[in-house]
Amino acid sequence: MEAIELKNVSFAYPDGHVANEELNLIIKKGERVAIVGQNGAGKTTAVKLMNGLNKPTNGDVFINGVNTKAQTTAQTSAYVGYVFQNPDDQIFNSNVQKEIEYMLHYLKLDAQEIERRVSRVVELTGIEGYLNMNPFDVPYSIRKFVTIAMVLALETPYIILDEPTAGQDLHGIQTLTNLLDRLQEEGKCVITITHDMEFVADNFTRVITMANKRIIADDSARNTFWSAEILKEARLKKPQIGEISEELGMDGNIIYRHELVELLNKK
Amino acid sequence: MNCISLKNVSYKYPYTEEFALQELNYAFETGKCYGIIGANGSGKTTFCNLLRGMIPHFFEGDLTGDVLIEGKDVRNWDSNLLSTKIGYIFQNPFTQISGIKDTVFEEIALGLENLGVEKEELIDRVIEVVKLLKLEQLIKKNPNNLSGGQKQRVAFASIIAMNNDILVIDEPTSQLDPESTAEIFAIINLLKEQGKTIFLVEHKVDLIAEYSDEVIVLKDGRITLSGSTLDVLSNIELLQMGVMLPQAAMLSYDMQKADEAFDTIAITKSQVIEQIKQRVGV
Repeated sequence: MEAIELKNVSFAYPDGHVANEELNLIIKKGERVAIVGQNGAGKTTAVKLMNGLNKPTNGDVFINGVNTKAQTTAQTSAYVGYVFQNPDDQIFNSNVQKEIEYMLHYLKLDAQEIERRVSRVVELTGIEGYLNMNPFDVPYSIRKFVTIAMVLALETPYIILDEPTAGQDLHGIQTLTNLLDRLQEEGKCVITITHDMEFVADNFTRVITMANKRIIADDSARNTFWSAEILKEARLKKPQIGEISEELGMDGNIIYRHELVELLNKK
Repeated sequence: MNCISLKNVSYKYPYTEEFALQELNYAFETGKCYGIIGANGSGKTTFCNLLRGMIPHFFEGDLTGDVLIEGKDVRNWDSNLLSTKIGYIFQNPFTQISGIKDTVFEEIALGLENLGVEKEELIDRVIEVVKLLKLEQLIKKNPNNLSGGQKQRVAFASIIAMNNDILVIDEPTSQLDPESTAEIFAIINLLKEQGKTIFLVEHKVDLIAEYSDEVIVLKDGRITLSGSTLDVLSNIELLQMGVMLPQAAMLSYDMQKADEAFDTIAITKSQVIEQIKQRVGV
């Protein structure tokens, strides 16, 4: 099966700290999934299990049917690209262009293929103006797009974005939205960790909610944001339009502005 | 009283041709909370560096005009003294954590230690901040092993412990979940009530709408819009400056299109709910 599959997965760090317990999950190729939950709920640890950076303490992780325990991290990450939460963890070259090309040279791709991939990801992430700059001199939000470009250039079927919305302005959010649409059209699977509930409502149909090391819900954005139980346990908030609808006593589990405006106009 | 005044201030970083900040004029009053917004690359972080005196004390380059901090030219301030007057919370918490301390407790105490604060007072102040920020569970942990959001709260705590009169806060909640974000803003509100002057850079305009007294909008290093939070955040031209309007304001505009105009555009949740109740009678 072309999917990421977690079967009864638990993970403890070497110091004994348990970060994930009994995760069960199937994310298929081509899906677009958000992972939400409190800080410290185990979201980043869970996605690192998916790309082989973490190996389960108990249970198994399968990527397209292959157990990650039977592979090196390098082998797994050829299928699952991971963009770190902190871009500075991922950057070390002297300019943005070299940074993006680095892994492609390592993979011994020919010059023409490298050029094709670089121009594609530069366009997708909108970083044309920064290619000759030192990655550490570009603003934090752009640095995030540099690391996204680096990972996209590897053309893995699965891509994990760890808090891409942090520090993004209106333009950055729009770029991310377009990026998600394009990747989905290309049949890629994108898994995104984010705290931006508006971004989740606008961009994801499937939402995985984590709390206290476990997956507590796996549902649509609408059902997630209108489940008092999920919100309470994971300490999440509805998008503000949902909160306003609730306080106004509107029916229909509203999460979008246009839905609320339509309903109000009927009154 | 004005705590910081800018008069015709322009600034270029070393070895650059373009101005990072241009012709800034503003009088910031003591005790107010100022929201600083603008698209990425508009100069917000440089503006923060100016407000806390890192320009010109750390960043060289070309500074013209006058930056007066409590009436005294920033160039004439001793930079150590300035750092006790103005606290700065970095945008990226991974940058702020020192990396040299083994526990969160020591990390929070680091700034006070450097100031030579007596041990007893130091412990008291750290404990106070730990309680305020609900960090009790973390104090014995290694700061390097914390999650991104936990690091951000520890970074915040280490600055609160310094008890500065002026705080420059650059996106304090970028890595935080909704509940922790609300907690941080409750603390910002508390600091405001204590009479501190706060400069808050934040992309989440819904929060700026709730907590700021005035808002400054930067574009290409210039102040393009400024004034009361209501006036600025209800201005539809913000979209052209690369800044989102609060959700409440967008809803208020949408409701207006469908019917006659409102007297004012709402910018906070409670305002828009009130407006809708009056209009529709729900």
